[in-house]
Amino acid sequence: MKTSRLGAWIAVIIGALYFLVPLAATVEFSLKKRRGEYSFDAYAVVLQDPRFLQSFSYSISVAIATIVVGVLIAVPTAYVIRLRLPQLRPFVEFVTLLPLVIPAIVIVFGYLRLYNSSSWLPFTSSARATDLLLVFGYATLALPYMYRSVDTGLRAIDVKTLTEAAESLGASWWTILFRVILPNVRVAVLSGAFLTFAIVIGEFTLASLLNRPAFGPYLQNIGANRAYEPSALAIIAFIVTWACMGLIQVIGRGARGSSAGTR
Amino acid sequence: MSFLDIQEVRKAYGAQLVVHEFNLPIAQGEFVSFLGPSGCGKTTMLRMVAGFETPSAGRIRIGDEDVTHLRPNQRNIGMVFQAYALFPNMTVAQNVAFGLKIAGKPKAEIDARVAEMLGIIKLPQLGARYPYQLSGGQQQRVALARALAPKPKVLLLDEPLSALDAKIRVSLRDEIRSLQRALGITTIFVTHDQEEALSISDRIVVMNEGRIEQVGTPFEVYNFPRTRFVASFVGTLNLLRGKVLDAASGRIEVDGQQIFAGRGIADLKTGEIRSAALRPEAVTLAATSSADRNVMHGTIDEVHFLGAVIRIRVRFKDNLISLDTFNNPNIPPPVRGSAATVSFAREDVMVLEGAEAA
Amino acid sequence: MPNQTASALAAAPSAPKPATRASLPLAWLGVVPFFAFATLFLILPTLDLMIGAFQTPTGGFTLDNIARLNQPTIISAYKISIQVSLASALLGALIGFFLAHAAVSGGLPAWIRPTLTTFSGVASNFAGIPLAFAFLATLGRAGLVTILLRDLFGFNLYGAGFNLLSFWGLAITYLYFQIPLMVLILMPALDGLKKEWGEAAAILGATKAQYWRHVALPVLWPSLLGATLLLFANAFGAVATAYALTGSSLNIVPILLYAQIRGDVLHDPHLGYALALGMILITGFSNVAYIWLRTRSERWLK
Repeated sequence: MKTSRLGAWIAVIIGALYFLVPLAATVEFSLKKRRGEYSFDAYAVVLQDPRFLQSFSYSISVAIATIVVGVLIAVPTAYVIRLRLPQLRPFVEFVTLLPLVIPAIVIVFGYLRLYNSSSWLPFTSSARATDLLLVFGYATLALPYMYRSVDTGLRAIDVKTLTEAAESLGASWWTILFRVILPNVRVAVLSGAFLTFAIVIGEFTLASLLNRPAFGPYLQNIGANRAYEPSALAIIAFIVTWACMGLIQVIGRGARGSSAGTR
Repeated sequence: MSFLDIQEVRKAYGAQLVVHEFNLPIAQGEFVSFLGPSGCGKTTMLRMVAGFETPSAGRIRIGDEDVTHLRPNQRNIGMVFQAYALFPNMTVAQNVAFGLKIAGKPKAEIDARVAEMLGIIKLPQLGARYPYQLSGGQQQRVALARALAPKPKVLLLDEPLSALDAKIRVSLRDEIRSLQRALGITTIFVTHDQEEALSISDRIVVMNEGRIEQVGTPFEVYNFPRTRFVASFVGTLNLLRGKVLDAASGRIEVDGQQIFAGRGIADLKTGEIRSAALRPEAVTLAATSSADRNVMHGTIDEVHFLGAVIRIRVRFKDNLISLDTFNNPNIPPPVRGSAATVSFAREDVMVLEGAEAA
Repeated sequence: MPNQTASALAAAPSAPKPATRASLPLAWLGVVPFFAFATLFLILPTLDLMIGAFQTPTGGFTLDNIARLNQPTIISAYKISIQVSLASALLGALIGFFLAHAAVSGGLPAWIRPTLTTFSGVASNFAGIPLAFAFLATLGRAGLVTILLRDLFGFNLYGAGFNLLSFWGLAITYLYFQIPLMVLILMPALDGLKKEWGEAAAILGATKAQYWRHVALPVLWPSLLGATLLLFANAFGAVATAYALTGSSLNIVPILLYAQIRGDVLHDPHLGYALALGMILITGFSNVAYIWLRTRSERWLK
């Protein structure tokens, strides 16, 4: 009994160290730009860099667009599969898991071959079209996470009864989907959304190979050319990740609290 | 001499005492039930016998060996859990063989014993199945075979029937009992179901809030409950509250009517308020007056038709008496609100321990 | 299948007739965007690459591209990729397992577990370039740990042969998201281990080690192996961390492919397709194995 608890403590402490030491080191390093004393100079440089703001806001816009596309695809599909076409479930689930199987670099390589400027669907012919391709690419990468959380959310509510109740009141399918089902799975959708955001915001491979001015390639560029600024950027990226994961938890908890309250 | 002896065992979690001074000698081959509501300490006591919990004080002896501080795997005990707890990665046969394999028995011996055990639990053809392919009742029988295969000195059953359907519960209960008799294995059975405990046990230990309330045969515990708790927990029971008019003769006034109590009257004091227990089946709905019978007058309060039996509740001023009569198609049941006279023998009125506030 | 549709319709007798009639084609309409999307942005591009791997520049069929994968640079890239992924997956699985086990059944205070879950959620998503920066600041030549080891213990990490921009450097960096990912995947599986199994084994005479050998590990085995394979695929496909950390100094497949896409370093796009095909086959195999093992383990724990 005693020894196993000691072992458990050791495991947890080593795990905590492995998690925290690189963070501490990064913070420390990011503060060392000024010789001989700690300062926020690296952060100041980064935050005043116009390319930081440009690339960061570009990635935020792409992330939001990705979330919209992801929701529009995942929610109706998961709903219809659950309610009307359960025979398609294994196949759809297999497809949603494919982005975990096929590396992102392979997918984007495929885009470049298939959608080059001389192809039948020339996505890469203009900057706007390439932005669109990037959004679709990210929606593909985030599909496993988005679909999973929506499907889990649908499992928790009684989709069939809700639908039948709405139908018997004369609601159209549009009303059912967007005014009845979606509000009931908004927690699941939001957690999928924040996960998507966390994945997209610093993504490098797709953005770099499609040559878009996103945050990921900017990070890489700074990393290759500067000493202390990359650490400051890593801390900023880490805070963004934390915020996304924290919001998922807060939303999840809030929903549980409110549903218990209405009961 | 007893075979399994629990001596002055106590168990505390921090400041909270969950088992108080527990003393119980159990004879070889005896079937003892620990009966009580959840949280009464019965499972904790069983787990101390198994070795999953260590007593805060006291000793546990099995045979000639003090096992108080032995680890579970050194005790040679068989145990059946509430939630089956079959190993899901092993077939039925492998589950039953597990204890023998751990003990390093030769393969031929293991195979023979497994076949024998599967025969005993009447599932000889299911050895190759996995647990998830079995029903709950079958799983629990396999769990029993697994526990018994290494020929343990003691068998512990931790609410083994409570996850099963009502029908299977009764049949498996009877099976466990006959198997236990045939093997002559000393057994402790934990349950919160009084009917189960009454039907299966040699002796019942009724527990409440970590204490033994009463130890006795099912006949004793049911018919002669010593405390109010035992009376109310074991079986359906009428409680009559009244004032002692004459301690020596057991004369008590209940709602203005005088009755005599025949049991538990040794420590009565004239003038105190006491409760007395009376079983429904001891009461008849007629004024069969004789020297040793009590008669009370009241009104019919409720009539429940249960089939073979009709349960009738008679109201007096503050007290109620439920009584059971057999259904007779030729006699219609009494009407609610009509006057009723009940009678019961003095010997069936058992005064419970402890005076109460007026 | 017609049966299911019929029962779905029969279950809603109160629904007005037109709505019921409209729901059948609508159901299929609802999945059309999904399949169109998946076809355009997932399946077609991948298939096109796989086909490209078997084509000559003029479009004819050939196995030549595959055959030309057999050259020292490419072979060694695959080899190092597999080794790095395997090392980080195995170590991540092992450490993650102990961590998850400690949190689930180590008898630790109750707050440890939700804290570990939250931190794992963050750390498993903290990958890519920022992670490379963090490890450069930790174990790089001027990293905090490197300097502390030198100043406090007089131990020269790099003098002892360590290099962050190397095989082990990359593996250790990957562990930062591999361990928490393992923790997240494994915790539910460990919850599935019932306490009674351990008690039943103990009362039947088994020691703790025997319980783990005969019961716990066989039960966990599909989850453990499956999760390890997922970790492997996770590391095998990763580009950003490796690229930001080592640039092109470490010859692994994703970096080689990245360089090929950017600048056609192999001087042959079709050889690039073959390279991608190899990646798909390797991660595909490990993931198919994962899915298969997972359904097995879920059936068991029913």
